[in-house]
Amino acid sequence: MQSTDRYKFIDHTADAKYQAYGKNLEEAFVNAAMAMNAIIIDEEKVKSKIFKTIHVTGKDLKNLLYNFLEDILVILDAEMFLLAKIKNLKIEHIDKMYMLTALLEGDVATEDYQTNEHVKAVTYNDMEIKEDKKGVSITVVVDL
Amino acid sequence: MELKKISSYVWEIPKSGNMLVPGKVFTSEKLLENLKGDKTLEQVRNVACLKGIIQNSIVMPDGHQGYGFPIGGVAAFDLNDGIVSPGGVGYDINCGVRVITSPFTEKQIDSKKKELLNELFRQVPAGVGKASVTKLSKDVLLEILQKGAAWAVKEGYGTKADLQRMEEYGSVSKADPHAVSQKAISRGQPQVGTLGSGNHFLEIQKVDKIYDENIAKLFGFHNEGQIAVMIHSGSRGLGHQVASDFIKSMDDKYGHEHLPDRELISAPMQSELSQEYFKAMWSAMNFAFTNRQMMTHWTRESFKKILGSNDDMNIVYDVCHNIAKIEEHVIDGEKRKVCVHRKGATRSFGPGREEIPEVYRNIGQPVIIPGSMGTASYVLLGTKKAEEISFGSTAHGAGRVMSRSRALQTFRGESVVKDLESKNILVKGTSWKGIAEETYQVYKDVDEVINVSHNAGIGKMIVRLVPIAVMKG
Repeated sequence: MQSTDRYKFIDHTADAKYQAYGKNLEEAFVNAAMAMNAIIIDEEKVKSKIFKTIHVTGKDLKNLLYNFLEDILVILDAEMFLLAKIKNLKIEHIDKMYMLTALLEGDVATEDYQTNEHVKAVTYNDMEIKEDKKGVSITVVVDL
Repeated sequence: MELKKISSYVWEIPKSGNMLVPGKVFTSEKLLENLKGDKTLEQVRNVACLKGIIQNSIVMPDGHQGYGFPIGGVAAFDLNDGIVSPGGVGYDINCGVRVITSPFTEKQIDSKKKELLNELFRQVPAGVGKASVTKLSKDVLLEILQKGAAWAVKEGYGTKADLQRMEEYGSVSKADPHAVSQKAISRGQPQVGTLGSGNHFLEIQKVDKIYDENIAKLFGFHNEGQIAVMIHSGSRGLGHQVASDFIKSMDDKYGHEHLPDRELISAPMQSELSQEYFKAMWSAMNFAFTNRQMMTHWTRESFKKILGSNDDMNIVYDVCHNIAKIEEHVIDGEKRKVCVHRKGATRSFGPGREEIPEVYRNIGQPVIIPGSMGTASYVLLGTKKAEEISFGSTAHGAGRVMSRSRALQTFRGESVVKDLESKNILVKGTSWKGIAEETYQVYKDVDEVINVSHNAGIGKMIVRLVPIAVMKG
């Protein structure tokens, strides 16, 4: 849980709260996912061996973010997929629905990987997505 | 915020704004300072605004900030006008604890402690991305969700006698796996019998103090120095997904715009969605019971391998501390069925309740309160008074006071292990960072939490246990 220039962790009694930044919405979403991933494992240690394209929908931006982060947790649990990088993340707004696609790179968890802490769930608690002239900042609390 | 002291261990948040009932805070002068430092009390007040809440929005002495409901939150809702809130149960449905006694003494196992801990590590899968021994087929998983710990016993993980010493006998028959999403099932399939990470642990403990010899004996604690094992774990990704699925579908159907926190989302008790949530919640509950039962079996196997025997390793009890239950309580002099949400709180029923298994029905239920890594844990006895003043509930643990990020800046896993070793406590974890984040200094003083429970009369001290070897997920 080390802060970087892409995200910073904020004090939270029992769970993890962080702020992620980006020039635009897409970059902020990527950094929000990488911040959550930093709780689980140090990303630079994960090899890019497996590639997965994910499609996520949401009825509003917060719902889209929640569903996107949750999908990363689901494939970790269900397929033992450890995340290394996110590429080509795109967000579209069509007919009142938000749609996200992204390419996830990573590897299957084995004994060789030193993991840190599991994230149980994404929450809406104190969730914020702020856009201004400087860019986008996202605040998330995840349940540990 | 206005806070009125009612007695040495109870404070009240008087009704104001949209609160339908006052808040009730079980705490002490000492613990109250921690509570004021975060959003706990604000969250107690938010819960007091939910439709159909009865008497009080309550928080336990180990309470701390959660999301939506505080951790340590207890709230009962009317079955007709009230709501059910997945956030009031928590993401880890049936996160809970069990204790198993052994006939061994500390002296007998001291020289083999390390070997025993290593063997437990080999047998019990723990940590992130660590799958269970066998990935189960979907059909078997569905059977587990339906039958709970009874499935595990049928498959040879333990005995029928084990089931007599668990809340709900380890198996909720009203569970309906059809209410559980495919996503939740896919998360659960590789995780049956796994410990998880975070604050979950499997600990070898010794009896440090016995406060009530007669009751302790009935629970299976005979002497100081006697060895016991405590397992703290939950419903893993399956339960988390059930919570998340229903938070989203209740949001879609009923909206969150009127709520101070989207995590307080709920559905009317009598709605179809609530009934679906209960069926899925009970399924996740059965999954968690099964997990703890399988880990109990592997614990017994480890003891047998290293110490030559696992005779008389009996379960004392298994409690859920994240759950919603339909229970009968006396409200304004009248017996009424209500839905009690306990999010980081333990049921603490006194003698006579039919929900308590026969072995304990005449004395009251055992209440198991795990401490933090390296500090004491307790077994308490449920009380009639708890039924009168806290909907039959008490605390569930020590409760955090320091954030994980600050813990990482302050402590190093390696030093924590050395520090505990100097106190004769062995620690083995899947991650150094995980150990640093869970060091005992980041928790409230569990002894003080228990002190409040005992003196407020909502859970009576019976046995104090201290760790000698800790397996941290």
